[in-house]
Amino acid sequence: MLGKLSWQAIPFDQPIPLFAALIVIATVIAVLVVVLVKGWLPYLWREWITSVDHKRIGVMYTLLAMVMLLRGAIDAVMMRSQQTFAFRAPGYLPPEHYDQVFSAHGAIMIFFVGMPFVIGLANFVVPLQLGVRDVAFPTLNSVGFWLTATGALLVNLSLIVGEFARTGWLPFPPLSETTYSPGVGVDYYLWSLEISGVGTLVAGINLVTTILKVRAPGMTYMRMPMFCWTVLASNLLIIAAFPILTATLAMLLLDRYLGFHFFTNEAGGNMMMFMNLIWAWGHPEVYILVLPAFGIFSEVVSTFSGKPLFGYRSMVMATMAICLISFMVWLHHFFTMGAGGDVNAIFGIMSSVIAVPTGVKIYSWLFTMYGGRIRYATPMIWSVAFMITFAIGGLTGVLLAVPPADFVLHNSLFLVAHFHNVIIAAVIFGAFAGYTYWFPKAFGFRLHEGWGRLAAIFWVAGFYVTFVPLYIVGLEGMTRRLQHYDVAAWRPWILIAAAGGVLTAIGIGLQIVQLAVSIRRRDELRDETGDPWDGRSLEWATPSPPPAFNFAVLPNVSGEEPYWGVKQRARDRLKLSEEPEYEAVEMPRNSPTGFVCAFFATLMGFSLIWHIWWLVIAGAVGAYATFVAFAWRDRDEYVIPAETVARIDRANRQAREAALARLRRDQ
Amino acid sequence: MTETVALAHNDPYALGHGHGLAVGHGGGGPASKRIIVGYGFWIFLLSDIVMFSALFATYAVLVERTAGGPSGRELFDLRGAAAETAFLLLSSFACGLASIAAAARSARWYYIAMAATCVLGLGFLALEISEFARFVSDGDGPTRSAFLSAFFTLVGCHGLHVSAGILWLLTMVAQVFAKGFRADIMRRLLCFALFWHALDIIWVGLFTVVYLMGVYV
Repeated sequence: MLGKLSWQAIPFDQPIPLFAALIVIATVIAVLVVVLVKGWLPYLWREWITSVDHKRIGVMYTLLAMVMLLRGAIDAVMMRSQQTFAFRAPGYLPPEHYDQVFSAHGAIMIFFVGMPFVIGLANFVVPLQLGVRDVAFPTLNSVGFWLTATGALLVNLSLIVGEFARTGWLPFPPLSETTYSPGVGVDYYLWSLEISGVGTLVAGINLVTTILKVRAPGMTYMRMPMFCWTVLASNLLIIAAFPILTATLAMLLLDRYLGFHFFTNEAGGNMMMFMNLIWAWGHPEVYILVLPAFGIFSEVVSTFSGKPLFGYRSMVMATMAICLISFMVWLHHFFTMGAGGDVNAIFGIMSSVIAVPTGVKIYSWLFTMYGGRIRYATPMIWSVAFMITFAIGGLTGVLLAVPPADFVLHNSLFLVAHFHNVIIAAVIFGAFAGYTYWFPKAFGFRLHEGWGRLAAIFWVAGFYVTFVPLYIVGLEGMTRRLQHYDVAAWRPWILIAAAGGVLTAIGIGLQIVQLAVSIRRRDELRDETGDPWDGRSLEWATPSPPPAFNFAVLPNVSGEEPYWGVKQRARDRLKLSEEPEYEAVEMPRNSPTGFVCAFFATLMGFSLIWHIWWLVIAGAVGAYATFVAFAWRDRDEYVIPAETVARIDRANRQAREAALARLRRDQ
Repeated sequence: MTETVALAHNDPYALGHGHGLAVGHGGGGPASKRIIVGYGFWIFLLSDIVMFSALFATYAVLVERTAGGPSGRELFDLRGAAAETAFLLLSSFACGLASIAAAARSARWYYIAMAATCVLGLGFLALEISEFARFVSDGDGPTRSAFLSAFFTLVGCHGLHVSAGILWLLTMVAQVFAKGFRADIMRRLLCFALFWHALDIIWVGLFTVVYLMGVYV
C-alpha cells in the first residue's frame, strides 16, 4: 500500500536531523496557524497563490529563493563547524549525515536559491522594462513557479521523511546507482530536480517568447535594457541546456528503477558519459545564473553613476558571445578523465576564451562609472564588491582552465574556493543588488540603507575570510568534502574559514533585521514618485507598486533609455507630457491551475520516491484533469474599465507633477 | 482607414500593431496571440529536440556496448520499422488534412481527419509495442545490455510522445466538439499539429540512425 514507506523513514534515532525537522515542522505549522487565525487565507489564495500577475509570481520566486537561502546557509554553517571540530576527531556529524549536508547545500543553492532568485527578478522586471502589461504565457508562468516550489518542498521533505542524497550536488555514478546508494536519498534528488526542471523550462520558454515577441511599440532589440538582453541569453541557455539535464537524470532514474545500464559498471554501461552529459548542462547552467546577475549590475551601475551604460553594443555582443561559448567548455570540469592532450587543450583554450567577453563587461562597468556622479547606495555597494571579487574569481578560473594546473587542483578546496568566488560574488551579490534595487518598485517603500550597507560589509568580509583560507589549503592539498582530517598545517586556515562563516551568518542576520526594520518604518521609507533611484528604464515610469496592468497606455519608445528621455523632456519643459486617452484594459484572469498542478506533482514525486505506484497514477490523472479543466475555461480575461485605468494613472501623474513642482520651486 | 485595410492585408498577424510599421527590428509592438502561442510552442519543440539529441548521443555512444548480447543487425526487422514509418507519416498527412478542415471550419472533415490521425498513430504504437514485446520475450529487454537500454529509451521516449500526442488529440476533438472552432481552440490545434509533425521529424532521424544504420552500417 505505501511502498517502501514506513515509520523507519523518520530519523527517530538521529537527534540532529530530527531536531531540525521538528523546527521546520513547527515553523510551518506556526505560519499556517497565523494565516488561518488572522483570516489571511482568502487574500493569499486570491491575490498570490492563484495569481498569474508576473509581478506577484516574481515576488514569490524571490521569496522562495530567500527562504531556501536560509536552509542552504545553515548547511554551510554545519559544514564549516564540522571541519572546525573534526581535526583528529570525528566531529559532531557522522559521515553519512555530513555527506547529505554537503549534497543538499550544493543542490539547494544552485537549484532553489540561484535559479528562483534570477528567474524571480526577471519575471518581475522584464515586462516592466519592455513596457508591456504581462508575460507571453501568464498561467504557464504560475505553473512554472509552483513546480519549482514542488521541487524545493520535496528536497526539504527528505529532511523529515527518509534521507537526502550522499553523492555530492551532482549524483555521479556509479556511486549514485542502486548498488552503492540503495536508499531513497538519490531518488529525492532526482525527482525534485526532474519536477523543478520542468518548471524552469516553462519559465525559460515564457521569458524568451516574452522578450522576443511582446515588447512595447518602438522597443527594438537594440533599445532593450541590458537586463532584458542578459535574461534573454540566460533563458535561451535554459531552453538548450535543461532538456539535457532532464534526459540525463531520466537515464539515471531508469538505471535505478528498472535496472537499465546507462551508467553502471556492468553490461556495457559508461559512467563517464554521465559526466559529459551532466556538464553539458552544468556549464551553461553557470551562465544561466550569472548572466542575469550581469544584467542587474549593468542596470545598477548605470543608474547610480547617472550615465548610460558604457559600450551598450559591446555588452550585447559580449552577452551573446558568452551564451554561445558557454556550450563549448564543459569538459574542463573533468580534465582528469583522460580524454587526451588534444581534447583537453581545446577545452582549456575555450575556457580561457570565455573570460574575454566577461572581461569586456568588467571594463564596460568600470567605464560607466568613470566620470559619473556615483551614489554609493546599497545596490551600488554590492556592485562594486562584485567587480573586485569577481575579477579575482575569474582569474583563478583561468588558472584552473589550464589542464596541467587543473590536474593538481582538481577536486581540491582551491576549486571549491574558485566557484564560490564567482557564484557568490556574481549571482548572490547580484541577486542582493537587484533585490535592494527593485524592492521599492515591488512594495512601494525602500529597504533601510544603513542596515543594508552593514549587511553588505559583513557579507563581503565574510566571503573573503572564508574563502581565501580555502584557496590556501586547497593549494596545500586539502580535498573537498572531507568529514574529518589530521593535517596540522591546514588547521589554522580551517579555523579562519569558520570565522568567515560566522561573519557571513551575521550578514544574513543583518539582512533579516533590515527587512524587519524596513517594514516597520515603511511610512518614512515610502517611494512616492515611483522613481526612487532616478532610474533610466521603463519600470520607473510606473507607480510603486505598479498596478496590475503596469502601463495605462503602452509607451511609444523612440530611443534608448526611453524613461530617461521622457523624464529629461519633462524636466526641461517643467511639465509632463499630455494626458493620454485612456481605454479599458484586458488582463488574464487568475487561475489555480499552477497550484493544483503542483499539488499533484508533489504527490507523484513523493510516491515515485517511495514506490507507491497507485498514488503515482492518481497524481498523473489529477494533473491531466487539471489541465483539461483549465482548457475548458470560457472566459480567460477580465476587463479593467477605462475609468479605473484613468484614476490609477492620474494618481501616478500627480505624484510626478508634485516632483516637478519641487523642481520648479528649486530653480 | 484604407491604410489599416492595406496593412491587414500585408500583415495578417498584426506584427506591425502599434506603429503600423514592422520594419524588421522588432519595433512593431506586441505580436498577436496567434504569433505568441505559435512561437512559444516552437521554442518548446526546440527544447524537446534538444532532449532527443541527448538520447541520440547516448545511443551513439552505447550502440557498440552489447555486452555479449545481440546487436541491432541481429534484432531489427526493417520491414516492421518501414511499416511504422508509413503509419506515422500517413498520420501526419491526416493531421495536415485536419488542420485544413479546421481552417475551413468543416467540423465533419475535421473529425474524420482526426480519427484517421488517431487510428494511424495507434497503429504505429501497436507495431512498436509488439516489437518491444518480442525483444523482451526473447530475453533482449532493456536490462540485457547498455545498447538495449539506450535503444529502448530512445525509441520508447518517442513512443511516449506519440502516446501523449494521442491523448492530446482526443482532448482536442472533445474541445472542438464542446466549444467549436474558437480562436483559442484554433491556437491549440496549431500547437497540436506542430507537435505531431515534430514527432515525424524525430522518427525520420530515429529510423535512419537506429534502424537503417543499425542494419546496414
